[in-house]
Amino acid sequence: MFDPGILFSSVLNGLTTGAVYALIALGLTLIYGVLHIINFAHGACLMLALYAVYFLKERLGIDPYLALPLVVAAMFVFGYALQRIVINRAGHGKDENILLATLGIAIVLENLALLFFKSDTRNIDTAYSLSTVAIGPAMIAVPKLVAFAGALVVSALLFWVMGRTDLGRAIRAVAKEKEGAKLMGIDVDHVYAMSFGIGLACLGAAACFLLPAYYVNPQVGSGFVLVAFTIVVLGGMGSFVGALVGGFLVGVVESLGGLYLGESLGQIGIFAIFIGVVLFRPQGMFGARA
Amino acid sequence: MSGARLSAQGARQLAGIALFALAVACLPLVTTSGAALNFVMMALYATLLAQAWNILGGFGGQFSFGHALFFGTGAYIQAIAQLQGGFNAWLALPMAVGGSAAVGLFVGALSFRYGLKGSYFALVTLAFAEVFRIVALSVSFTGGGVGLMVPLRESVANMQFATRAGYLWLVLAFVVAALLVTWWLRNSRYGAYLQAVRDNEDAARAVGVNPFRIKLAAIGLSGAFMGAAGAFYVQVFQYIDPAIAYGSVTSVEALVAAIVGGMGTLWGPVLGAVVLHVLADLTRNLFGELPGINMVIYGVVLVLIVIFLPRGIGGIGLSVRELWAGKGRRHD
Repeated sequence: MFDPGILFSSVLNGLTTGAVYALIALGLTLIYGVLHIINFAHGACLMLALYAVYFLKERLGIDPYLALPLVVAAMFVFGYALQRIVINRAGHGKDENILLATLGIAIVLENLALLFFKSDTRNIDTAYSLSTVAIGPAMIAVPKLVAFAGALVVSALLFWVMGRTDLGRAIRAVAKEKEGAKLMGIDVDHVYAMSFGIGLACLGAAACFLLPAYYVNPQVGSGFVLVAFTIVVLGGMGSFVGALVGGFLVGVVESLGGLYLGESLGQIGIFAIFIGVVLFRPQGMFGARA
Repeated sequence: MSGARLSAQGARQLAGIALFALAVACLPLVTTSGAALNFVMMALYATLLAQAWNILGGFGGQFSFGHALFFGTGAYIQAIAQLQGGFNAWLALPMAVGGSAAVGLFVGALSFRYGLKGSYFALVTLAFAEVFRIVALSVSFTGGGVGLMVPLRESVANMQFATRAGYLWLVLAFVVAALLVTWWLRNSRYGAYLQAVRDNEDAARAVGVNPFRIKLAAIGLSGAFMGAAGAFYVQVFQYIDPAIAYGSVTSVEALVAAIVGGMGTLWGPVLGAVVLHVLADLTRNLFGELPGINMVIYGVVLVLIVIFLPRGIGGIGLSVRELWAGKGRRHD
């Protein structure tokens, strides 16, 4: 239907988008793995980070890539506080309550953004926003390549933290056996908040990689919410490798769906995958049955 | 509850519903102020959304984040049956209600067959609502992004009333029907089964209840009332588009009002919808018409309620009564 060149560049584009998706999904799956809740506010928090990157560039002239440490740190603190102050108190022993609390947070953040920043779609201008490089027959935008590489680096960093550090061990211990971890002297509430903080820090990094080639408006997060959930479910709830592979897969599917079905209908591909996976293989590709 | 034909509590509740219906129905005779009647009408409409959500979420324990799915379907059927089908609005109404119930049964059959619950169910309903929104944007018979406009032909025969009072009575009829169904859920064997499935599905199955069929009936009922709300919306505003129909605002309104008032109760959704509506009205008076401010308040109220009053505002009364009776905390 399309010549191989277009197909190749579409797949390549999908992979670069997929890397950022994977980064967003890694944060979500980390939070799910430890707290066993779906952070419904994930998209809204990404939107918040995107606005932070936007205003740092527009008001203070800080380049998105240089703003990365700042935004990541800010999102970490925000996540830590959110979990400690709000979400931790909402549980009352029921997972549904936590889900509702994160839904409430999502509603508040999205509509505060609408209130203060209006519904305008904004993007930033950088020297490299429009530059491209040729890879074989495909032209890829430079920010997308940076996003691809950056997302992989941050993911690798996350793998290292989870696998090789005391914090990672504590997080995995709490995820597996909360009561046991508590008996071993691990401060469970602190680990919960750290996980939430790290999950949102991933969003901070994702926002810095996204914005030069993307845009921000108050609703931008809700588009990412279901995509990120799809990836997490596809990869298996709580599985890091799954989130990474799922991210690339969904990125490519979206890109090809857009190519064959057009922009608006192409979106359906993702939801179809989501509904299909949840119904027929809820344990995902790499996860044990939840 | 099942022993006597009608328990004293059940009879009291029925009397309460009758009193409520009578009092609200008489409002247009007391005041002709359009603003006041409009306020009551919109509060009743919000109540209907909350009641519909409460059937599945409150009594069935299945939290849907995408109830707009049924609302939008009802609204579109109501509009399309009149515009393309040439049906009278009163004939379109049962189609809208039936169609939404059918969509509910379809989603329920898929989700409950595969044992979805909790976050998974919430997200699947949301995903379905999104799919319907994108489809409504992309196909032609919904008018795409432009939406559908139902022409103004004011007459009772067209379900288009000259005054707010007509619409108020119409939505009141829906609300009373929902109250009666809720009453039935509290006083019938089916309702007891549904709550048993909510509280402990395995235990319910062990005593011979079929959770799949019980939950399926609940989502069908819930979808039907949501569809009625959608049809009502089209009759009042004479317009529908994909964002209004399947956007998250309606899903959120339904859920927040039910939770704020008290899930799984008879009067909780009414209480929640009225409280939220008064809050929204107060903010409008204080800050003017600002985009998003209502939703900010809904979100804040939702978080506060979940943290401090997980049984809803109606739960305060219950707690006080229990303290008074010295029974201590009831286990939900």
